[in-house]
Amino acid sequence: MMDNKVSARTISKKKSKEFEVLVKDNMKRAYFSALEFLGSHDAAMDVSQEAFIRAYRSFNKYDTKRNFFTWYYKILRNLCLNFIRDSKNRKEEFFIETRKNEVSQNNPGETLEEKEELEMLHNAINQLETEDREIIVLREFEGYGYEEISEMLNLPAGTVMSRLFYARKKLAEKMKGLME
Amino acid sequence: MNERFIILLEKYFENELTDSESQEFETLINSNAKLKQEFEEQNRIKEVLRKMKLKNPSREVWDGYWLGIYNRVERGIAWIAISIGAIIFFGYASIEAVNSFINDTHTPPIVKLGISILVFGALVLIFSLLREKFFTSKHDKYKEVQR
Repeated sequence: MMDNKVSARTISKKKSKEFEVLVKDNMKRAYFSALEFLGSHDAAMDVSQEAFIRAYRSFNKYDTKRNFFTWYYKILRNLCLNFIRDSKNRKEEFFIETRKNEVSQNNPGETLEEKEELEMLHNAINQLETEDREIIVLREFEGYGYEEISEMLNLPAGTVMSRLFYARKKLAEKMKGLME
Repeated sequence: MNERFIILLEKYFENELTDSESQEFETLINSNAKLKQEFEEQNRIKEVLRKMKLKNPSREVWDGYWLGIYNRVERGIAWIAISIGAIIFFGYASIEAVNSFINDTHTPPIVKLGISILVFGALVLIFSLLREKFFTSKHDKYKEVQR
C-alpha cells in the first residue's frame, strides 16, 4: 500500500494541488471500498467523491503521522452507512469478475462453470451483513493487511482475524445454501 | 471456535507460519476432526475468492474522477456565494418592505393587522418546520438503529 504521509504533511502549503495528488493516489481504493458497501457504480462514484470533499474540508483534523487512506476510510464508511440507511435498499450490480478477464482481453470469456461460480459468489456476498461483506472485500479483494484493517475499523488485529474467519464461514454457508 | 486455530489459520493463508507454528497448526488440525473440516472449508472459499477480483471501471472514469471532485467543490463555493448574496439582498428588501408598510398611510389599519398576522403565522410555520428538520433529526438517538 502506498504511504501518503509525506504528501499529506505538505498539503497546508499547496492544499489544492497536493490534495489532487492524494485523491489520484487513493481514488481507486476509495471507489472500490464504496462499491462494496453500496453495490452500485454510480452510488460508489458519488459517495467516494463526496467523502473526498469532506476530507478536504476537515483536513486540519488529519494527523499527518497516520496513513491518509485509513483516516479517509472512516469518513467514507460513515457516508456509505448513511447512504444505505437513507436509500433503504442496496443496489445489487455485479461488482466482481473473474481474474481470467484481466489476463487476456481476447479470451472468449468465462466458462459456464465460472459464470455460475461468479454469480453464486456475488449473490452470497450480497446476502452477507454489511460488516461481514466489508471485511471480506477489504482483505480478500482489496488486499489490505490485518494491521491496516484493524486501524480502519478501530478493532484489534486478533478481532479482525476472528471476524474474517467467521465472515468466510458465513460466505461458505451462503454459497452452500445457493448450491442446494 | 479455538482462537489459536483462527490466528494460525490466518497466518497459514499469509504464508507467515514459523516452523514451530506450522507444526502446532498441523497437530491441531490432525487431532481434531472439526478443525480439519473448518480448515478445508476455509481453504475452499479462499480458493474461490482468489479467482475473483473487483470490477474495474473504464479508464475514462478515472480520468474524470478528480474533475468531478473539483467541479463539486467549485459549485459548492458558487452556492455559498449565491446564498450569501441572496441573504443580503432579501434581508435588505425585507427591511425596506417593513419600513414602507409601517409608513404607508393609505392602507386601512384592519388590512395592516391582517397582513401582520399572516406574516407572523408564516414565520412561525417556517421556524417550526426548520426546527423539526434540523434540531429533531440531530437529536434523534435512534436514527442509527435500522428499523
